[in-house]
Amino acid sequence: MSVVAMTVNGKSVSADVEPRTLLVTYIRDTLGLTGTHIGCDTSQCGACVVHVDGKAVKSCTMLAAQAEGAEVTTVEGLAQDGELHPVQKAFREHHGLQCGYCTPGMIMTAVDLIRRKPDLDEETVREQLEGNICRCTGYHNIVKAILAASNEMR
Amino acid sequence: MTAEISETGIGKPARRKEDFRFITGNGHYTDDINRPHQTHASFLRSPHAHARIRSIDISDAEKAEGVLAVFTGQDIARDELGGLICGWTVTSKDGEPMKVGPHPVLALDTVRYVGDHVAMVVAETREQAEAAAELIDVDYDALPAAVSLASCQNGDAPQVHPEAPRNTCFEWELGNKAETEAAFSKAARIVSLDLENNRLIPNAMEPRAAIGEFDKGTGDYTLWTTSQNPHVARLVLSAFVGVAPEHKLRVIAPDVGGGFGSKIFIYSEETACAWASAKVGRPIKWTGNRSEAFLSDAHGRDHLSKAELALDADGKMLGLRVKTVANLGAYLSTFSAAVPTYLYGTLLSGQYDLPAIHVEVDGVYTHTAPVDAYRGAGRPEATYLIERIAETAAREIGMDPAEFRRKNFVREFPHQTPVIMNYDIGNYEASLDAALEAIDYKGFPARRAEAESRGKLRGIGFSTYIEACGLAPSAAVGSLGAGVGLWESAEVRVNPTGNIDVLTGSHSHGQGHETTFAQLVSSRLGVPLDDVEIVHGDTDKVQFGMGTYGSRSGAVGMSAISRALDKIEAKAKKIAAHLMEAAVEDIVFENGTFTVQGTDKSMAWAELSLAAYTAHGFAGSDLEPGLKEGAFYDPTNFTFPAGCHICEVEIDPDTGVTKIANFVAVDDFGTIINPMIVEGQVHGGIAQGVGQALLEHGVYDPESGQLVTGSYMDYCMPRADDLPSFRLGFTTTECPSNPLGMKGCGEAGAIASPPAIINAVTDALNIREIAMPATPARVWAALQARQPRAAAE
Ligand code: FES
Ligand code: FES
Repeated sequence: MSVVAMTVNGKSVSADVEPRTLLVTYIRDTLGLTGTHIGCDTSQCGACVVHVDGKAVKSCTMLAAQAEGAEVTTVEGLAQDGELHPVQKAFREHHGLQCGYCTPGMIMTAVDLIRRKPDLDEETVREQLEGNICRCTGYHNIVKAILAASNEMR
Repeated sequence: MTAEISETGIGKPARRKEDFRFITGNGHYTDDINRPHQTHASFLRSPHAHARIRSIDISDAEKAEGVLAVFTGQDIARDELGGLICGWTVTSKDGEPMKVGPHPVLALDTVRYVGDHVAMVVAETREQAEAAAELIDVDYDALPAAVSLASCQNGDAPQVHPEAPRNTCFEWELGNKAETEAAFSKAARIVSLDLENNRLIPNAMEPRAAIGEFDKGTGDYTLWTTSQNPHVARLVLSAFVGVAPEHKLRVIAPDVGGGFGSKIFIYSEETACAWASAKVGRPIKWTGNRSEAFLSDAHGRDHLSKAELALDADGKMLGLRVKTVANLGAYLSTFSAAVPTYLYGTLLSGQYDLPAIHVEVDGVYTHTAPVDAYRGAGRPEATYLIERIAETAAREIGMDPAEFRRKNFVREFPHQTPVIMNYDIGNYEASLDAALEAIDYKGFPARRAEAESRGKLRGIGFSTYIEACGLAPSAAVGSLGAGVGLWESAEVRVNPTGNIDVLTGSHSHGQGHETTFAQLVSSRLGVPLDDVEIVHGDTDKVQFGMGTYGSRSGAVGMSAISRALDKIEAKAKKIAAHLMEAAVEDIVFENGTFTVQGTDKSMAWAELSLAAYTAHGFAGSDLEPGLKEGAFYDPTNFTFPAGCHICEVEIDPDTGVTKIANFVAVDDFGTIINPMIVEGQVHGGIAQGVGQALLEHGVYDPESGQLVTGSYMDYCMPRADDLPSFRLGFTTTECPSNPLGMKGCGEAGAIASPPAIINAVTDALNIREIAMPATPARVWAALQARQPRAAAE
């Protein structure tokens, strides 16, 4: 066991975990933040995306120990002072979710995408979503939501 | 208040009530739930497609760190638990019932597919359970496996179950055979086509999971599970498997991350978790990983068919003859026998006036994962067959495929097909015309020429589909072999403060029932959407229900709510009449207010609700206090959503890559409550159809029976850049058989789109047939095979 400490959604956390603990397991099981999901075991689906030091990361692909000292944001930390993030709002407004399972990963990916590429078009959004699988929506409304949020945040 | 109601009324795109919890990470999926003192389970799975188990040595596993118990099939047998069942009995054409091999929860002496369940380890942590499972020493006698669908009925094929010679579970038929033979004997032309409907792996994004918990004090079991139909799960686990009596077993299906059919079924894992929780005396949690999902979720489709269509000299369809071999996998899953029979053969008439149809289906066992309903279930297979052969026939007789269809459409309703179904209403030309217009069919030759100038091959393909939803009139399905009735229940509870709980037997796992169902209640009772709570997915709250599949929740589930609302309204009017001293006939209920006609006397909804519970003014009447009503709605017919999907593809001849250039879907779903949600259902359905047509294929190694496509590295899921944005339209004929006029929309996209896409691909390539999925490699190979012929011409 080893102590791993980081900042998650603005709060300092620290826990004694097995060295092999994945960041996603640390977030879900140790911290009880179950908004971050697990959809695969080959780093393909993106259900587990969180931000580590401001960048979108598949948290199933990283050891918790590698995030030692980092600033981590999960979907639970996105809304500020009770105000939903524009991407969260856009997903609701444009029906970008059905079962909701891929949604936290999609939203965290989208927030990072809009930050990285302020001038988004449909083709770019589709290309950039390559690492996130949704089985419900056919992506149509996810793409719409991301473009709308990107416009709004411009 | 009125403005708010009109924004969320029937036909309005109300934003979803369930979204807030999902976009903020506050959903409650099964794996998000943790019980005090919970333990964790891991399942040891068969590495062989077919083997005898000589012995299982669990001694090392039992001694491993953190391990609490190890169970094998013998432990389950000792408790005299039954096996898993198939809830639908199909009868063969010789009158014999289907041949069923036993389906033990954990294997006894034989394993029958890679991933079959051999043992269960329960430990303090998931990691400990997984590590200990690897210490179990199973002595297997590996045997040859029957993997290939094409050869599994051969006399020398390895046998999956001794009960089913030639691996044949049933040989079923439907239709008017003599008329069909006659139609073929007088046909001017016979078009035939051999078709494969590829095996698919459902892949809801939330893997299956379960928590079993036993209360020593009361003897009650609770099972949290990823289910589309918790009451059916409880019924099967109590009446057939015998885990606990029905009243001592509570099944909760909390937020469920997609189902697409795969979460209808009752599987070994949740059964074992519930059963073992009493043995271990602590809650047991199991969460499948994706690899386990690939191996052991019930797969979908997997048919080989020979289809023949008889035409007269004018291109009028005279008859259809179909022979299908349908893969059932190694065991019969919960509804598997119904899928390639009554959900398939009955839809083979498509939108066409086809006087003679005869279909034979052999349901066969192979040493592969069980195959059962997957989005569309039987209807995509039927639609693929009829729409592929219709397009092929049109091309062969040199007729425009749209006009060929138009010529053969059913135009008069009700229409009795030769394969049971009685189409109640529809307007197939209206959706065809709207789709032709939307895609600009007239402009297609110019688009094709333009694509050619860029070195691309452009093709167009149609699918004018019909499906049967609203499962289903209970008497009808009972006579066809169903073990259950397919009605739905609802209970409307008005609280003293006027807000409303609605309990439904439907289950939402992405469909947005919490919003759509609330829209119905809100608009009927004139209360804001937020005052309506839809309760589902818990057998302790909802008395009984049949769950969600087959696009039935609107047509059947909401009809039940509508019936319960009728009763609420009737009782409320009686109360209003009594309190306002008027005749019931004079009470008008509108926008949440009861008025006495022709007077200024009125009562608001909230006022009446409170009065119903105080009951202070009820003296001298026969009124009972309270305002709560229930209804069981049993449909009188199936519903028949139909429409037209048109796809245009562009193929790069250098790479074989197919791009969907244009996709139009025009659907007739009857009444639409929330167009935003309905469109979302269509998008998702089409995406799964594109997956089937171009990308997805569940493949087993034909010799070893190993699943070759067992992860997202090998199984090609549709991603955002594989798909276009879709263009949707709607035409409407209201369903006459249910109170709301609804037909159902959940599966249409997956049913309609594959033939449209493959028709477009074969058009672009100018070939007769290409197998699904039309991957770049297959398309490229088809092009290479084609070119010499073209050059020789
Ligand atoms: S769970 Fe991390 S990519 Fe699938
Ligand atoms: S909303 Fe269900 S997986 Fe995306």
